[in-house]
Amino acid sequence: MSDLNIVSSSPHIRSKDTTSNLMRDVVIALIPATLVGFYVFGLAAVFTVLLSTLSAVFFEWIYQKTLTGKTSIHDHSAAVTGLLLGLNLPAALPMLPDAAKEITMVNFLLPFAVPILGSAFAIIVVKQLFGGIGNNFMNPALAARAFLIVSFADHMTTWKNIEPVFSSSVDVVSGATIMGMIKNGGLVIGPSVLDAFVGTIGGSIGEISALAIIIGGIYLIVRKVITYHIPVYFIGTVAIFMVLASLFSSNGFDPSFIGYQLFGGGLMLGAVFMATDYVTSPMTTTGKIIFAVGCGIITSLIRLVGAYPEGVSFAIIIMNLAVPLINRYTIPRCFGEEK
Amino acid sequence: MSKFTFKKGIHPKHAKSFTKDRKIEYILPKGDITIMLQQHIGAPCKPLVKPGDLVLVGQKIGDSDAFVSAPVHSSVSGKVKKIADVLHPSGSKMQGIIIENDGEYNEIEMVPKDPYIMNKDEILASIREAGIVGMGGAGFPTFIKLNPPNSDEIDHIIINGAECEPYLTSDHRVMLEETDRVVLGLSVILHMFPKAKGVIGIEDNKPDAIEAMEKAVAKFQQESDLEIAKNMSVATLATKYPQGAEKQLIYSITKREVPSGKLPADVQCIVQNIDTVVAIHRAFFRGRPLMRRVVTLSGENVTNPGNYKCKLGVSYRELIEHAGGKIEESKKIISGGPMMGMALFSVDLPIIKTSSSILLLSENEMHMGEENPCIRCGKCVETCPMNLLPLDLDKFARNDAKDQFEQYNGMNCIECGSCSFVCPSKRHIIQAIRTTRRTIMAERRK
Repeated sequence: MSDLNIVSSSPHIRSKDTTSNLMRDVVIALIPATLVGFYVFGLAAVFTVLLSTLSAVFFEWIYQKTLTGKTSIHDHSAAVTGLLLGLNLPAALPMLPDAAKEITMVNFLLPFAVPILGSAFAIIVVKQLFGGIGNNFMNPALAARAFLIVSFADHMTTWKNIEPVFSSSVDVVSGATIMGMIKNGGLVIGPSVLDAFVGTIGGSIGEISALAIIIGGIYLIVRKVITYHIPVYFIGTVAIFMVLASLFSSNGFDPSFIGYQLFGGGLMLGAVFMATDYVTSPMTTTGKIIFAVGCGIITSLIRLVGAYPEGVSFAIIIMNLAVPLINRYTIPRCFGEEK
Repeated sequence: MSKFTFKKGIHPKHAKSFTKDRKIEYILPKGDITIMLQQHIGAPCKPLVKPGDLVLVGQKIGDSDAFVSAPVHSSVSGKVKKIADVLHPSGSKMQGIIIENDGEYNEIEMVPKDPYIMNKDEILASIREAGIVGMGGAGFPTFIKLNPPNSDEIDHIIINGAECEPYLTSDHRVMLEETDRVVLGLSVILHMFPKAKGVIGIEDNKPDAIEAMEKAVAKFQQESDLEIAKNMSVATLATKYPQGAEKQLIYSITKREVPSGKLPADVQCIVQNIDTVVAIHRAFFRGRPLMRRVVTLSGENVTNPGNYKCKLGVSYRELIEHAGGKIEESKKIISGGPMMGMALFSVDLPIIKTSSSILLLSENEMHMGEENPCIRCGKCVETCPMNLLPLDLDKFARNDAKDQFEQYNGMNCIECGSCSFVCPSKRHIIQAIRTTRRTIMAERRK
C-alpha cells in the first residue's frame, strides 16, 4: 500500500482559500468603482479599462510562456494589476484624425498606447523582472501610473474630449480635476462635495466615486482580504492634515475643503486598493499603521506644499520602498519572549 | 461567563460529528500483538522476557535503567514469539516484543492501592511502574512531569480536555463515559499538590462534556472528605485551534506565558491529558498498568467511524479493518490529528501509548493544492499563536539562513500548523520550519 498514499508533512488539511480566490475578491470589490467609471465616462472608460486589463494578462502570459513555459495567469493577479491600472487612467477613446476638429494622429494613438505601455511596464518591468508574484518591491499598477505620468503628462492629467453619460455639473468635462483646481487657486468651481463623494466629477476612471470605493473596501474587510488598518490610518492622517491646513489657512476653516481633499482625488482608491497591496505593505499591525501614516503624511505634503496637485500615488510608492525597513523594525514580540 | 482563550489561532472545520456520538467500543485483538519497547520520549526499554517465555496480562515485559523512560507491559497473555525490529508509528524501525495471543487474557495479580495514604514519592513510583506517559501525543513520562524541581510552587494542575484537533473525539467520549475516573485521577495528582488548583479545561464545542464534568466535580466535592476536592473546577475554553497546545492552554487559563525555552512548571503549571489522568486512576484504584487506550477512527473513508478502546500492541491494520476503513481508497492515512499527526506509509504498525487516532482521509477533505509563491498576504502572521512571522521563517528555512531563522524566534515555533492551514498559496511552511528546527537542534547537541 505504500505507493497508494501521500506521505507529506502535517498539517494534512488546508483552508479553502487560494490566491486566486483572494484576487477574485479584489476584482469583485472593484466592480462598484468600475461601474461608476463606466457610467460617468461611457464607452471611453470601458475601452481603457478593458485594454489595460487584457494587455496585463497578455504580457504576464507571454513573458512566462517565453521564459518558463508555464503560466500563472490563472491566479488572477495580472488581471487585478491591469484592472487597477485601468482605473488609474483617464478614460480615452481613440478618435480618427480630423484636421477640422484639430484631432491629430496622436489623439488616435495615445488611447491605445497608454494602457498597453502601462500594463507592459507594470507586468514586465515592475513585477516579472523582480521575480513575479510576491517579489515586486512596489505596487505594479502605481509604478506604471507614475511611469505614464512622467511620459505622457498631458494625456494623464487632462480629461478633455469626454462626454459624460450623466453629470450634475457640466464643468467636469472640460475642466481640471478638483485637486487641480485646489492647486491652482484653492477654489473649486462646479462640483460639490456630494458630487465628489458620489462620483460625478472628473478624474481617473476608478477614483471618482468615494462611495463606490468605500463599498468595495467594506467588502474586502468583511471578507478578511484586508484589515481596516491601512485605509483608516491613511485617510485619517490626511484628514488631520487637511483640518490643520484649513484651520491655519488665510481663508479660514472650510469644511468643504476637507471634503474635497478626502473625496475629490485619488485618496480613496489609493488607500483602499493600492496601499493595501499584500506584497508591498507591511506584515504586522504596527507596521501597517506606520506605513499608512507615512502614506498620509507624504500625500498631504505633496498636495499642500508640493508641485503636483495629487500625491497619493507617489506617497504609496515611496512608502512601498520603506516596507522592508518597516518590517525589520516591527518584528513582533514572540509569545513567551521577555517583554 | 467569559470563555478562556488565547490570542490568534484558527478555526478549522471540527469534523467531529463522525464520531462524537459514538460510544467507546471495547475491542479485543484477534491475532498477535506487538509491544514496542519505545512508546515514550526518552530511553527505550530493554526486554525483560525472551522468546518462548509465557507472559500474562499486566506483566512488565520491558524496562530501562535510564531516568527518562517508562516500562511497558503485556496487554495479552500468551507466548513471546520473538523480539525483533519492527516498524514503529514514528516511521523508523525499533525493537518490539511480539506476543502470540492465547486469547485467555490470564492476568497477573493486580492490587488496587489507596493513593491518599501514600506520600508523593510512593505515588510517583507507582505511576512510573504503571508505565504512564503523556497520552496526548508527546509521550513524556508522567512521573517526571509530576515531579518538577519547584514542586512546592505549582499552583495549577490543568487537565487538557480541549481536544482542539479536528476529527478527534476520544477525550470527549472519555469525559462523557468515564467522567468519575477523570475526577478521581485528578484527585490523585492534587493529593501530591495540595496547594494547586485542579482545572479541567474543555472547549465549548463539547457542552455535554462540560456539563458532565461539572456535575461529577460537584458530586465529588459533596461526597469526598478530601481537602483537595474543593480545589477542582471546570473551565470552558473558546473553541479555537490550537487551544490544547500546552503553552496556549496555560495562557488561556492563567494568562501566564511560558517563557521561551522554559517548561510549564516555570509558570507554576502542570498540564496532563485526559487519557493520562484516566490511566492514573486505573493504576491506583484498579491496580492496572497502562495497557490500553482509546483511539478515534475517523475520516470519510471509514465505514464505521468510532472511538475504540483497544489493547496496546494491536496493529493499526486490524483496528482499521474492524472499523471498515478503506485503506486502498484513502488519499492519506494519519496517525494523530490532521493538524499535527503523521502521515503513514504503512498500517502494519502497533498501537502505542500515544496513538490517539487514525484518520483515513479522502482528497476532498484535505484541499491540498499545488504550492505557489508567497504573496505576503500576512494570513499566517494573523494566525500564528506564538506571534511569529511564519512567512519569513519559511523563507529563511528554504534559504538555509539559520542565523536569521533563530533571530526571528523560529525555535519558538510549536509546529501547530496554523500557518500552513491558512496559507492561500498552499505553501509547506511548517515542513520547512520543522526541518530547520530539527537541523538547528541537532547542531546544538553536537
